[in-house]
Amino acid sequence: MNATTDRKKTALLELLRTPGNILTAFILALGLCITVLRFTKGLAGVTNLNDNYPWGIWISFDLLCGVALAAGGYAATTACHLFGLKDFRTSVRPAVTSAFLGYAFVVLALHYDVGQPWRLVYPIFLSQGTSSVLFEVGLCVFIYLSVLALEWSIAVFERLGWKKARARIVRLTIPLTVLGVILSTMHQSSLGALYLIAPSKMHPLWYSPFIPVFFFVSSIFAGMSMVIFEGSLAHRFLRGQMDEEHIRRGDAVVFGFGKAASITMLGYLLIRLYGVALDDNWRFLPTGYGLWFIAELAGFVALPSFLYALGVREKNTRRIRFAALLTIAGIVLNRFNVSLVAFNWQLAPEEKYFPHWMEIAVSAFIVTLIITAYRLICAYMPILRDDPDFETH
Amino acid sequence: MRRRKFLSLISAGSLGTALAPRTGTAAATISGHPETLGVLHDSALCIGCRKCEAACREVNNLPTPDKYKTPEKPFTDLSVLERKRRTDFQRFTVVNKYRSKDGRTVFRKFQCNHCQEPACASACFVRALVKTPQGPVIYKPDLCVGCRYCMIACPYYVPAYDYGNAGNPLVYKCTMCAPRLARGQAPGCVENCPTDALAFGRRLDLLELARARIAAHPGRYTPRIYGEQEMGGTNWLYLSPVPHEELGQPRLGKIPAPELTSGALGAVAIVAGLWPAFLGGLYCISRRRDKTAEQDAALAAATARETAEAEAQETLRQALAKAEKEKEAAIAREVKKAREEAAREFEEKAAPQAKEESTPPPAGEPSS
Amino acid sequence: MDNVFYSLQDFMLHTKTLTYILMGLGLPAMLGWWLFLTGRDEEIRKY
Repeated sequence: MNATTDRKKTALLELLRTPGNILTAFILALGLCITVLRFTKGLAGVTNLNDNYPWGIWISFDLLCGVALAAGGYAATTACHLFGLKDFRTSVRPAVTSAFLGYAFVVLALHYDVGQPWRLVYPIFLSQGTSSVLFEVGLCVFIYLSVLALEWSIAVFERLGWKKARARIVRLTIPLTVLGVILSTMHQSSLGALYLIAPSKMHPLWYSPFIPVFFFVSSIFAGMSMVIFEGSLAHRFLRGQMDEEHIRRGDAVVFGFGKAASITMLGYLLIRLYGVALDDNWRFLPTGYGLWFIAELAGFVALPSFLYALGVREKNTRRIRFAALLTIAGIVLNRFNVSLVAFNWQLAPEEKYFPHWMEIAVSAFIVTLIITAYRLICAYMPILRDDPDFETH
Repeated sequence: MRRRKFLSLISAGSLGTALAPRTGTAAATISGHPETLGVLHDSALCIGCRKCEAACREVNNLPTPDKYKTPEKPFTDLSVLERKRRTDFQRFTVVNKYRSKDGRTVFRKFQCNHCQEPACASACFVRALVKTPQGPVIYKPDLCVGCRYCMIACPYYVPAYDYGNAGNPLVYKCTMCAPRLARGQAPGCVENCPTDALAFGRRLDLLELARARIAAHPGRYTPRIYGEQEMGGTNWLYLSPVPHEELGQPRLGKIPAPELTSGALGAVAIVAGLWPAFLGGLYCISRRRDKTAEQDAALAAATARETAEAEAQETLRQALAKAEKEKEAAIAREVKKAREEAAREFEEKAAPQAKEESTPPPAGEPSS
Repeated sequence: MDNVFYSLQDFMLHTKTLTYILMGLGLPAMLGWWLFLTGRDEEIRKY
């Protein structure tokens, strides 16, 4: 008993010693202060949102990017459980953990953005606006969060030693995985579909009836890239939490997802191009926005796709990790482009929106919470290592 | 003549099946409620006096001055027209001044257009915005969660939000004075307009009125009624002496908002139906592959074992046969040896007897 | 079922609500069918 308390105390003290952790503590403290401001002074007190720009970075980043980057959950579970690729087994738990945390904190972020967060359950339980794409997003995210919680609970039950509960969930692995992919397809695409309703406000190069397909396909390689990225961070900073098999399998996951991402990104690049052709939007390319569109696709889709391919061919994990970073930046760029650059592109420059520093602080706060939670979870639960008391899963 | 007959059909209450159908979906025969009410704004008659703004504020009990910004100038101050304004949470309508390409000064009143197919109602995930058959698009403050998707959806930038309110922030927009309409009155702005710039009545009648006005004054108006077909049509219609875009009206298509998102929502259902089959099938295929690989491996192992066993048995048999042969050969050898030995002994025994008969026995030894 | 729809919005609300309910029934039905279909398969994986 004493040994465990001592271990926990040392762990906590250790936490406060590094510069990274001091920064964490600062961001968390700042975030808490701004939270108080948000709920005493309203959105006007902490954001630069206005009537022309009802959605700012809390939607663009926390919701759109957050959900896209949490797609590693369904990517890893699909690879391992549905395709039967045993190489990916060790990537499943970390991916499910980060997906679960990602979605949970997206819901938290929504509590900041929405005007009356205590009413967030209304659309599900009180008055269903079924004609709305946002209804579908909300319902889906709500159900998917439950699916992720169930998938993640296996690790919890292992930690608690609840064998029967664990066995019951393990039997549900395939149905949960399949349901996870269905729900992910639906809400990833629907987040893009949100913008279908406002064609007159969107720049033609980013508006297409295929936005839902673009968002879904890009979420696939976003998730894979996040698994690669988070995996490389874990290998570097959380190595102590990993067992031999997890360390050994790391490279196979990197090569596997690198390959898959590369081909998916090529497909995505092509359909973005076909989208321009189908709507005959070529004349928009030789403009400022056009150049930005080309930059997004060339620098953040074509290039990383190529680097992934090179890395796979040459068995170069460093190159693949760099490609992953570039891809993730590209996803963030794309979501911002759709929601803040292409949206309202016709408004005069002085009417445009730029986030308030407190909005940025809250977003940083939420990301920090996710990272901190992830580190704690990996330290105390069998995520990066297997629990020897249980059969492998 | 045809038009009148067409209109009488409408006023008889039957659905306007003669009206332009929407796309080739089952919804093709849907048209608006025939009795739906609207307002026609005529920019050729509007003098920009802002009396409609004042009336709106009075009717809706909107606070003056604005508690979050600097006090706004009184409605008689026309200098505000020098900059373009939009609606906000305390200003449901504004009149803006525009300078046309041919140098004329034209005014246009701006407020919620109470669309036939409101994008805001389509977007609202909690049904807080509803198009009533009477005409107004109403808002239900008790349901609104404050997601502000309606503000994203509205092509006219109409809905406004009370961002400064922490406890009960709401969406604000023109209500077409729904309570007044219920009492049989015209909206406040219409009643207080000193010129005939605002006309109130059934939408279909107003369309007819607008067309008549265009026909009666050739050259006075640009020959298009703004709002007739925009995004499925609006209940607030506009006549203008200059092209509507010069008065800041957004250029919009005819496709109504619900139709824009219906495809994506439909795809969701298709995914929910097909993905279980595809993914389940994928899982089965990969399981089958693993299973046959396992079976093949097991079979290969079994075959290898059998072959090895057979070989071992063969070797054993051969060894046994060889051993057997050797044993027989050894036995044969021994038998031969014994025979030869016996024959020699016999001969040896026989030889000394023959020698005894030819020589006398030595003395004292008994003869055998 | 012969509802008169005055707007596409009303039509969509009606059809989508019904479709969501059908989806909610369809997914468990798929699961049930799956269990029936694979009920007598040999287990090769433990999950």
